[in-house]
Amino acid sequence: MKIMVAIKRVVDYAVKIRVKPDKTGVVTQNVKMSMNPFCEIALEEALRIREAGLASEVVAVSMGPSQCVDTLRTGLAMGADRGIHVEAGDLLYPLYVAKILKKLVEIEKPGLLILGKQAIDDDCNQAGQMVAGLLNWPQGTFASKVVLDKEKQVATVDREVDDGIETISLNLPAVITTDLRLNQPRYATLPNIMKAKKKPIKKFTPEELSVEIKPDLEIVEVTEPPKRKSGVIVSSVDELIDKLKHEANVI
Amino acid sequence: GSTLVVAEHENGAIKSPSLSALLAAASLPDNDSSVSLLLAGSGPSLHQAASHAASSHPSFSQVLVADSEAFKNPLAEPWAKLVHLVQQRGGYSHIIAASSSFGKNVMPRVAALLDVSPVTDVTAISDSHTFVRPIYAGNALSTVRYTGASPCILTIRSTSFPVSQKSVDSKSDKATISQVDLSTFNEDLDKSRFVSQTSRDDEGPDLGSARVVVTGGRALKSAEKFKLIEDLAKKLGAAVGATRAAVDAGYVANDLQIGQTGKIVAPELYLAFGVSGAIQHLAGMRDSKVIVAVNNDADAPIFQVADYGLVGDLFEVIPELLEKLPEKK
Repeated sequence: MKIMVAIKRVVDYAVKIRVKPDKTGVVTQNVKMSMNPFCEIALEEALRIREAGLASEVVAVSMGPSQCVDTLRTGLAMGADRGIHVEAGDLLYPLYVAKILKKLVEIEKPGLLILGKQAIDDDCNQAGQMVAGLLNWPQGTFASKVVLDKEKQVATVDREVDDGIETISLNLPAVITTDLRLNQPRYATLPNIMKAKKKPIKKFTPEELSVEIKPDLEIVEVTEPPKRKSGVIVSSVDELIDKLKHEANVI
Repeated sequence: GSTLVVAEHENGAIKSPSLSALLAAASLPDNDSSVSLLLAGSGPSLHQAASHAASSHPSFSQVLVADSEAFKNPLAEPWAKLVHLVQQRGGYSHIIAASSSFGKNVMPRVAALLDVSPVTDVTAISDSHTFVRPIYAGNALSTVRYTGASPCILTIRSTSFPVSQKSVDSKSDKATISQVDLSTFNEDLDKSRFVSQTSRDDEGPDLGSARVVVTGGRALKSAEKFKLIEDLAKKLGAAVGATRAAVDAGYVANDLQIGQTGKIVAPELYLAFGVSGAIQHLAGMRDSKVIVAVNNDADAPIFQVADYGLVGDLFEVIPELLEKLPEKK
């Protein structure tokens, strides 16, 4: 069985975001970019499944501008066998990500497609559910545990839901999206970074995959959230209780 | 336009986040005509929820009830097919659900089946097709306009559409209840199966709608010591929250995590103990009315958003609070 993993290049999680003065977006020039943390977890899970002998190959896919190849190289250095880069504009809405993934699934025929549950830039939390819908595959979103039964071709998935943990079982092929506690992603070692340079990355364009990009959303503006007015430092528990009682009137 | 609200129910009543979705639907401009509520499941609880909803909540005209074993559990596959079916019959201009784990799981799948882009986690409605949603963990707000074909699919953040007692209690003309004809419903039900769901010993108010939230971070040091947070919450009639670090360390269950990828809360009073204030955590609580932070590190970023900060050892501060705070009314 082959596993396909989608990985997204995003502004690094530790970067302090600045909104552009012209309100068209956030500043991404000269800003550190990294693999979306949830995608690292998705890739790690795929690698562990392969290392457990339950999959033969891990294919990493990334979409966007040419710099996505750097993100793919990181994925290959972590241990993915090969990469696919779909050259596309900066702003690719999840519906089109899902349509492109569907085409790649039809070409590669993986038994499992793993994605991060959301990207920490647009916080959409959509692509996995959408590609599952387009493929008519079952979905296990927000996964905190995945157990594969190779014989029965079934994945049992623990999901982090509002009331705790839900366990479902899915027939393969299936889509899984990863939550934070699924695993602890590995770091790429120097020898593996060197090896990754030789691993193949195939290129596609949306046109070659017969996916027409015609967005049905437009960004009107991107603004800063309202600032909270600065608070006060109190010196004792008594003062705190007094403020909460008589100034904020909340207790 | 006409709007379909995809609602969740529990114990014979509509869940609170779904009432927020209803409120959001009612606040859509040019939406004078109708709002329909879709309920699905099986058994008496479903019909109880339907009749309760029809007689006690204003602002919608019709309850659609889909009664089948297929919807007993919140599996995305049959649910998405159901919403797709109801949309094909009703031709709604909007479909709205709450950004609960259910809405997040199901609605993008529905959107894919209908070949439209959904707008998830909406915090404000500017006009019938223009919405505000936070991006980058709430460090920026994006206003987006949906320009595609109907339906416009939204999930809304329930803390941004708070349900007041008044909006729940005011009686309206009784909405009609009708059954969804499922004779053409042919989802391949074997692809996914519900196995189990952990149950919580439900003490205290729900985290998503509590008036007061008490949160602990990794500084609590152990699951045992985290009980201090629970004791304080009990005293205040508050819900307990936790940071990702505290959940990862195993002090409390995952469903108490507040933040960018956990629960979003906006209570009257938020008390954070031993919480450093990472942007991912702030994303989940920055809309709280009054924020109190107690931390022994005076430089912790949490103090930048706190209305009242106290630099000190939480293992001294919490016992003192427990002693001096008045009992909840």
